[in-house]
Amino acid sequence: MAHQEIIFAGFGGQGILSMGKFLAYAGLDEGLNVSWFPSYGPEMRGGTSNCSVIIDEDPIGSPLVVDASTVVVMNRPSLDKFESHVVPGGLLIIDSDLVNREPERTDIDIIKIPAQTAAEEVGSKKIANMVLLGALVERTKIVPMEALLHALKAHGKEQFYELNKKALEKGAEYARK
Amino acid sequence: MAEKILMKGNEAIGEAAIHAGCQCFFGYPITPQTEVAAYMARKMPKIGRVFLQAESEVAAINMVYGAAGSGVRVLTSSSSPGISLKAEGISYIAGAELPCVIINIVRGGPGLGGIQPAQSDYLQATKGCGHGDYKMVVFAPASVQEMVDLVQEGFDVADMYRTPVMVMGDGMLGQMMEPVEFKERQGRQLPSKDWATTGLRGKREKHNVINSLFLKPEELEEHNRKLQAKYREIENNEVKYEMYNCEGEVDIVIAAYGITSRICKNAVKMLEKEGIKVGLIRPITLWPFPSKAFEEMCGKTKHGFISVELSEGQMIEDVALAVNGRAPIHFYGRSGGMVPTPAEIANKIKAIVGGAK
Repeated sequence: MAHQEIIFAGFGGQGILSMGKFLAYAGLDEGLNVSWFPSYGPEMRGGTSNCSVIIDEDPIGSPLVVDASTVVVMNRPSLDKFESHVVPGGLLIIDSDLVNREPERTDIDIIKIPAQTAAEEVGSKKIANMVLLGALVERTKIVPMEALLHALKAHGKEQFYELNKKALEKGAEYARK
Repeated sequence: MAEKILMKGNEAIGEAAIHAGCQCFFGYPITPQTEVAAYMARKMPKIGRVFLQAESEVAAINMVYGAAGSGVRVLTSSSSPGISLKAEGISYIAGAELPCVIINIVRGGPGLGGIQPAQSDYLQATKGCGHGDYKMVVFAPASVQEMVDLVQEGFDVADMYRTPVMVMGDGMLGQMMEPVEFKERQGRQLPSKDWATTGLRGKREKHNVINSLFLKPEELEEHNRKLQAKYREIENNEVKYEMYNCEGEVDIVIAAYGITSRICKNAVKMLEKEGIKVGLIRPITLWPFPSKAFEEMCGKTKHGFISVELSEGQMIEDVALAVNGRAPIHFYGRSGGMVPTPAEIANKIKAIVGGAK
């Protein structure tokens, strides 16, 4: 049964909220129930930013994710805060260029991706978030990659589409390793 | 069928009001509802309607009074401290029998409190808000789609009964995105607004006057009785609620509204796996309160009721009135912007019913 509860976390400005949005749109296009809930408040200005995304075949209860099937972190404070929120057997995706410690959990699946480097190889450091999102979709199969690409095309900026697509594919390669 | 799109609760409120034919928006920014005003600021001028950021909440609600008096559909929105400021104007609007829709995206209080989700304005919304003998219809949506539906319904109810209607959400509903659909809706058959102050121009014999001042006690009492008769009519016709998992005998019944009801539904599913059957009554109108649903469950629940709220205990007073001593009543609440997990609620219920049945 399709069911994923995901936390995306990092600094404001890394595209944390938009990663969640594109995934939620892809889920919606697949006919699934989706919710997206951002952290809001004073911590958003230059500080940490996170959002909860739920994709489910059943109606969604609380939109706030506490027990995450997947957590994606793009900085050290986010790893410190959310590592414990991954359910046993769940998935943790780390931008290893920005997180300078090893995760402590041994009961979960961990993908470490030097996302900044990978994104720069594709064309721009700014799309490191898309590298990580590509890995997430490839590993969890929560939505088909085509659905995510469609969501990017429909709801993202046209001029970044090709670049974003390459970044997603790069991330998917890491997840297949 | 209209296309489903992802929208933030706050933005969906704005779009729903536009669909309902809202001609004017007056507001003042406050977290966590500012996106309502921002959305209206973007959209309303483009379609030839009015968006105005007032100098204060007090000014905004009085602009609502004026616009409503002229017979147009009008919206204002705020969050808890701002609603306290609007309370005087809401009382005038109720007294003058004017229709309008007021949004409250509740944050933690009292005072300036915090900006995270809460349900601690329940008593304010349902037991008065401003001064005087009046009631306000209060809708409590539990999803972004329901926000859309109830904002549109709110305008109809307001016009039908010439009364202010509040749609009360919380910071979570305002900030979250969910799929929404703007369906073609069958509006109600509404009375004409022949009371509106639209200028004489030979249309009427006498001037229409919008007023809430009645200096003669006999007249004010008569006015109050007329208002009360209207409130009884609303109580008879406009109660909305959802009963979930309430078939047959249950171990306990949760009372929860808005976002909390969804968290409780998760808890109900968790407890079901442990052999504990939990029903849930979700009031959709907080006033008029769905007392009958509670009466119906009194004889069917082994351990009574539990009111679960994002407050220190407010709706529990209406639950107690409805149950009227016929069953025990319990409470679980978090406040100040804290939101309970389904497991927390499930644990509290297990402690009451004493483990698996």
